Amino acid sequence: MATPALKAHPDTLRTLPGDDVRQLMWRFAERYDLQMLVQSARGVARGPVARLVAEGGRNEHEWTARKNELLAHYDASGITAAFMEPEEGGFIAGPKNLALALAAFELAWVDAGAATGALAGFLGLSPIHERGTPEQVRHYMSLAAPAKPGEDRRPWRAAFALTEPIPYVGVDTGMLSGKVSVAEWKEGEEPVLRVEKRGRFITNMGFANFVTAAVDTDDPRIKSSCLVILEETDAGTFDRGTPTKKLVHQLSSTSDPIFSLQVPASRIVGGYTVKDGVIVPRFDHSEVIEAVFRRTRVTVGVMTSAKLLSAIEPVIRYQRGRFRGAEQAAPGSVRYELGIQQREDALHRLVEVWAAGEAGASLGFATARLFDELDPLERRKDAALAAQGISGMKATLKWTKALEQKGLELLELEAHPRGEKQEARIAELRADELVRFALLDAQANVLCPATKLWNTGVGASVMREAVSLMGGYGITEDCPGFLGQKWMDAQLEATYEGPEAVQRRQLSVTMANPLFLAQQKAWVRELRHVAGAHPGTGACALASAMELWLWTYRHLERSTDADGAKLVQSPRQGVTFKLADALGWLMAARSQILDAVVLAEEGAPVLGEAHAGTARFFADLCHVQAARAAGEVGRICAELVHGYNRHPSWDAEGCAACWSASDAEALEGIIPGLAGCTGDVVAEGGHPDKEGPCASCQGISDFRTMRVKIDGCLTGALLAKDRAAEALSKVMIPEALDYPQ
Amino acid sequence: MSTGYQIVVLGSVVPDPLQTLEPAQTPQGPGLKNELMLPHVLDPWAAHALYEAANLAARTPGSKVTLLSLGPKAKLQQVMMAVGQRVPFELVALDGPAGGFTDPHEVAARLADAVKALPGLDRSRLLLFGGWESASRGAGVTLQLVGERLEIPDQFQGVDQLTPGPDGAFEVLERVEGGRHQVSSCAGAPAVLGWATGSLGEPKNNPQVGMANMRAIMPALQKAAPAPVGTGRVEYLSVAVPRTQRETRIVKDMSPDDVARELVEWIAQD
Repeated sequence: MATPALKAHPDTLRTLPGDDVRQLMWRFAERYDLQMLVQSARGVARGPVARLVAEGGRNEHEWTARKNELLAHYDASGITAAFMEPEEGGFIAGPKNLALALAAFELAWVDAGAATGALAGFLGLSPIHERGTPEQVRHYMSLAAPAKPGEDRRPWRAAFALTEPIPYVGVDTGMLSGKVSVAEWKEGEEPVLRVEKRGRFITNMGFANFVTAAVDTDDPRIKSSCLVILEETDAGTFDRGTPTKKLVHQLSSTSDPIFSLQVPASRIVGGYTVKDGVIVPRFDHSEVIEAVFRRTRVTVGVMTSAKLLSAIEPVIRYQRGRFRGAEQAAPGSVRYELGIQQREDALHRLVEVWAAGEAGASLGFATARLFDELDPLERRKDAALAAQGISGMKATLKWTKALEQKGLELLELEAHPRGEKQEARIAELRADELVRFALLDAQANVLCPATKLWNTGVGASVMREAVSLMGGYGITEDCPGFLGQKWMDAQLEATYEGPEAVQRRQLSVTMANPLFLAQQKAWVRELRHVAGAHPGTGACALASAMELWLWTYRHLERSTDADGAKLVQSPRQGVTFKLADALGWLMAARSQILDAVVLAEEGAPVLGEAHAGTARFFADLCHVQAARAAGEVGRICAELVHGYNRHPSWDAEGCAACWSASDAEALEGIIPGLAGCTGDVVAEGGHPDKEGPCASCQGISDFRTMRVKIDGCLTGALLAKDRAAEALSKVMIPEALDYPQ
Repeated sequence: MSTGYQIVVLGSVVPDPLQTLEPAQTPQGPGLKNELMLPHVLDPWAAHALYEAANLAARTPGSKVTLLSLGPKAKLQQVMMAVGQRVPFELVALDGPAGGFTDPHEVAARLADAVKALPGLDRSRLLLFGGWESASRGAGVTLQLVGERLEIPDQFQGVDQLTPGPDGAFEVLERVEGGRHQVSSCAGAPAVLGWATGSLGEPKNNPQVGMANMRAIMPALQKAAPAPVGTGRVEYLSVAVPRTQRETRIVKDMSPDDVARELVEWIAQD
């Protein structure tokens, strides 16, 4: 069905959304393996994890016995095995990005430190999983799998050591001070390597049995950097280091380890060859970590969104009960029943928290699903390259460019009215798995950093708002839902696995991909179509904002600043990073709208008579968020378009560009509003107090038209917020939170 | 006993007890406000019975556990995602209402028919398990009515323990006054056992068990037969929550003595 009409909508959200709603929106209604994982992870989160937090388990930095008990819960509930293939001891077949995102969401609903602790093992295993030799994969995945019934064995835990205690390492992952050299290389035998590595802020180090460590070559007999696997029993020093004094995520173990070990060369992740007496690792360290972080950053973004959504119920309960017990709030009175929810501002702000949480979750899960589709395609792409004998950066780039052309051709054909011949070509290109790979890859390269950047960065700010809605209670340990701790935690999530600057840097490169830009144009059409079938979702506003962003990007690409310096270039982070920020808002709001559309179109059989009200509520949240996103994008784009033009000075040259007041008045008489396009207006030989724009709009009239359009597209956004706010004042909530405080 | 038991557990879903449960008049009769939108759980009394059944089956080779549930199919599916990971069982689902106002005679008739229709049913091995009462209804009559329809005379209620003996006989502990148990000996199946809490904790989720169960549970849910039970000839003139309003609190670190003292004070107010 279409989203219910905006008029006459007595029905609204009746209860907080349950699993049935989420399964539809996040597209796992047909996946019982994922539904079971959600239930398991929830049981652990709201059981042992919540009890530990409530009992003050976060108040110490050490990895305690109580914290260590959580590992057994992760194993027993299937969280640990969620990363494994069934033949390795897991229970989910195929790609697992959505599975891990869902597990992270459930754990972070209560405590993101627990989520990090549960998932950091996967980070340690990922280099092996993504780039390891078949022997390495088989060996370490089976060691890390939880014991089967009747098996007497403890699973091995993994850690991933990249970050080092020297400035900028981790921010620029290309720099390493950890070294690998040849310790011993006897004729006809496998070389023995000496690894010297100091890690910083390494998760899981309190208990890890093995570590995948990034090291640079320190020996002419080793060609490049690589990742090596270090085991706790290797000869030498395996010092776990002192625990990091984190103010956040205390349910994960973090320390600064020191390794000085000798290991066989077979521990190089992905293996090696020997060429002219030199060890050539199959993958250098950056190739491995690119494959790893590309996926794991999505789960981090999802964690912050879980916090925002987890805040809704405790805030509603707090707001409603705020005055109960006071003399002035007699039972049955509005003050007693609604408490702070009598006030529009409290409700509006909570709507904004909820809308931002929905947008982040939608973006995170959409990206996770994208990677689930992309993973097998990427393997087929690798196989295709190998089959064609294509290797090396130059040859691969040439091949990729040809593929890119096909992708662009498909998008171009789909964008225009077509005949039989074009239809046949479209069908052919759509059936080409490699074209599909190229399109999804271009999306993934943007959506992954966008998820990490927007969900955590904006999420941390919005989480502060959620905390403020609990008053002073919000920053106490007793706050229901642990909101104060979650606010702090969000700051770490914005930092680890690549801080915001890294994500902006990556986006500034990937958003320039022609395949991505072309797909974004298609998304504008898609959103316009959605706006037709589902009015009041904000799809139209978002489409307009997306068009503005695209226009701005193209404009800046060919523009210079007032001194003639190119605007879109790598060092110009004041331009590219801002565009990256704006893109995050767009991507999140788009994903949210698409999820709300699925709920509207497919939710009726599941939700029955509650469907219309639920769909309307989620559409209203979309509208609120889309309006906010459009506003942010408009602001950022306007700043970029105008901000690099020099402000006129009131010298002779500057005054020459000004209009007289009478000229401006005459122009206004011809076309109302035209005077706004003038430079400054000069009256009686001097400048009056400033009243309007100073800059010329020469060459950017399209921009102004689009900005005005966006303003118009905000129509109804605040009515949507009012409706959503009213829903929050009426929605049924449980009598108590389902985890301790 | 060489062939084991056929244990059929009767149990359905109830709204999560943490939810606000507010009686309301619906087109289908009395119910709870927004009942179908509330998260549900397996009725805790039936859950005890299921876990005891799985434990008994694990100790008695050749046994098999079947969970027979009459409830809204969509809600059953949600609940199975958690329950299905706890212990091995097969599901037989009947798609119908599961509220506290349905007529137990109608429900019992549907359940009894479903038990009779179980493939390979062997009455000489049949143990009919269930809760001795329910979180949606305190009367606790449905299980007894099903037993009568199946013509099973040996019925035990408030069961906390079943100990199998040789040749299929077993000993049953039933709750009686004063926190004591009545000990009964039963020559063997068929028998009806309405479980109190038993003595087992809730089993932890095991995804491997879940995956094995789900291969049969999902098809069972797909082919769940409609079971439109109603309120029979009962007319509800009014429905209200108990006079004393429920006031839920979560308190940390309270000793059992303090909990007991507070309960006594609370009861004394009534």
